[in-house]
Amino acid sequence: MSLTRLLAIARKEILHILRDSRSLGIVVIMPVTLMLLFGYGVNLDLKGLPVYVFDRDGSQQSQDLLKRFQSNEYFHIAQVVDSYPELTRALDDGHAKMGIVIPWDFSQRLNRGDIVGVQALVDSTDDNTANVLIGYAQAVVQGYSSQVQLDWLQAHGQTIQPAPVSVQTRTWYNEDLESSSFIIPGVLALVMSVIGAFLTSLTIAREWERGSMEQLISTPVTAMEIMLGKLAPYFVLGMFDVAVCAVIAISWFHVPFRGSYITLAVSSALFMIVVLSLGFLISVLAKNQFAASQIALLITFLPAFLLSGFLFSIEQMPIVLQWITRILPARYYVSVLKKIFLKGTPTSMLYADLIPLTVFAFILAIAATRSFHKRLE
Amino acid sequence: MPEPANPVPANSVVVENLVKRFGDFVAVDRLNLTVTKGEVFGFLGPNGAGKSTTIRMLCGLLKPTSGRAQVAGFDVGRKPEAVRQHIGYMSQKFSLYNDLKVIENLRLFAGLYSVPSAKLKDRIEWALEMANLKGQENLITGTLPGGWKQRLALGCAVLHQPPILFLDEPTSGVDPISRRQFWDLIHKMAEEGVTVFVTTHYMEEAEYCNRLALIFRGKMVALGTPSELKRDSMKGELLLVECEPLGTAVEALQSASEVMDAAVFGSALHLVVQDAVAAEPRIQAYLKAHGVTVHRIEKIRPTLEDVFVSITTTSDAAEGRKP
Repeated sequence: MSLTRLLAIARKEILHILRDSRSLGIVVIMPVTLMLLFGYGVNLDLKGLPVYVFDRDGSQQSQDLLKRFQSNEYFHIAQVVDSYPELTRALDDGHAKMGIVIPWDFSQRLNRGDIVGVQALVDSTDDNTANVLIGYAQAVVQGYSSQVQLDWLQAHGQTIQPAPVSVQTRTWYNEDLESSSFIIPGVLALVMSVIGAFLTSLTIAREWERGSMEQLISTPVTAMEIMLGKLAPYFVLGMFDVAVCAVIAISWFHVPFRGSYITLAVSSALFMIVVLSLGFLISVLAKNQFAASQIALLITFLPAFLLSGFLFSIEQMPIVLQWITRILPARYYVSVLKKIFLKGTPTSMLYADLIPLTVFAFILAIAATRSFHKRLE
Repeated sequence: MPEPANPVPANSVVVENLVKRFGDFVAVDRLNLTVTKGEVFGFLGPNGAGKSTTIRMLCGLLKPTSGRAQVAGFDVGRKPEAVRQHIGYMSQKFSLYNDLKVIENLRLFAGLYSVPSAKLKDRIEWALEMANLKGQENLITGTLPGGWKQRLALGCAVLHQPPILFLDEPTSGVDPISRRQFWDLIHKMAEEGVTVFVTTHYMEEAEYCNRLALIFRGKMVALGTPSELKRDSMKGELLLVECEPLGTAVEALQSASEVMDAAVFGSALHLVVQDAVAAEPRIQAYLKAHGVTVHRIEKIRPTLEDVFVSITTTSDAAEGRKP
């Protein structure tokens, strides 16, 4: 291994990056864009869902119930309508996620001590949202119902017995229940997949496509020197982007960071080796920029996005998919990220993630080295 | 990195029964040749004849299917890295980096060839001088005209003073004046003792070589100095015929028993006959009888192109193929 030759390759690669506005753009703008996109754009919290109300009773009691909906942060009473068709139209055209219909004899029946139903029409196109809505609506109505019960007991001179059992919740790790805190650490894995696999697969495939690889391998430079020289600048850029993302996450989105910065750096370096090796392998096999970049996105970005636990929790996936995630390096990296950002898990308890990550980095780096020969065939 | 002044054997390139097969296709078929030190050796043939495949095997970029080749005394199949220490290679496609500056390309290759830092400045100066690119160091390579790019590529390939230089169609797509300048450079290097192995499909360039191998469909069909080839490799003698109409003449001559071959060269015909002087009056009469006006008919000395056409048609006939 000659340092002169390795540096010659690395220096040339840096010049390529500096002269190519597109790759420079990807390196600088992409991490910031993805952070903002996922920080602001992807919000799994359901808040202020639009609700239309058709109050056929118009009594004090019905207003009390509606006030409970109004004061709940998950609902937003968008409009009060006067007819059933208006309500259904609002659901049809998507202005309302839920319609509440209060029957005309609502207060009468309550006063009589009868049971009364309140209709809730739910747009269940998105089953997840619908389930959440139904749950919240039930909770609101339940709360109101208990109040009515208490009032009735009180009015009839009974002593008030507080509810005997209650749940005392403490939310740990993500105290404010902000989904951005859950999502943002995982964005680092996405950014690195793009820098590592996508950009490097392009730069190496380009050498094959333009014939410059033939000139390179006709010189005494070794395969290892070409690989390390070409990948080193991307490694530095990837680590730089990790730092940028971490700073944005912590100082802009106020995602808590409770773990060790060294663990963050080490796990990021391991994951960087994984994606760089993958990008290199793909471009050696594809030798064509378009195919290489597509394959790179398909096997690094997509799994990092869908199967790593970044957005969708792995425990909720079908069992077969759960098995598949075990062979995805991104899964272990995302897991480490979430733990060191939110939980502050000590490094000694992260081995279940760090060891597989190390193994992947090792295997893929060896595979990448083996895949590249200084031959044209 | 060993000094390039390593003792290179008198024979820079020795090829024995070299074969390269891609599946069923035989790209190079039992090639035998020897190139001596300081020689400008031309590899002439049409596109797809196997020139690039041969040169790539000699540079250790392709593994021979069978046979042997030694470059600078090293076996290309077994010791490709040792071969690479002793050669400069210019591939067919321009393959420097267009987005780098002239000087950056030179520095890159100086680094790849491990030119010692004490010599670096001198070597780069020398390459710029040789390539006539002094003062253009900071131009982006992609903006250079074709001829300049080729000279830069040559400069990059010889920064480490290799004793053997492989040039694969170095002048394709370059204007005639630049081509001429390029060949002057090649000769200058050969004078300094560098062995140059160059492929081309330009006949006039072949004339600049000390020795030539004619390659056709993977086989070497002739070998010799340009004058030897012109003297010995033609089956018969050559008659130049300027006549009208050309088409009728060609058609008529196909059935003339005396004419072994007829080919159009510009506005005239080149006929291959056994004895040019004897055939001249008979051809003239024959053409007249077929309604062709002959303006000029005379015996000429064959060019390399004539030799090439003659040899390849013979080789086709031997294989029972249509030319």
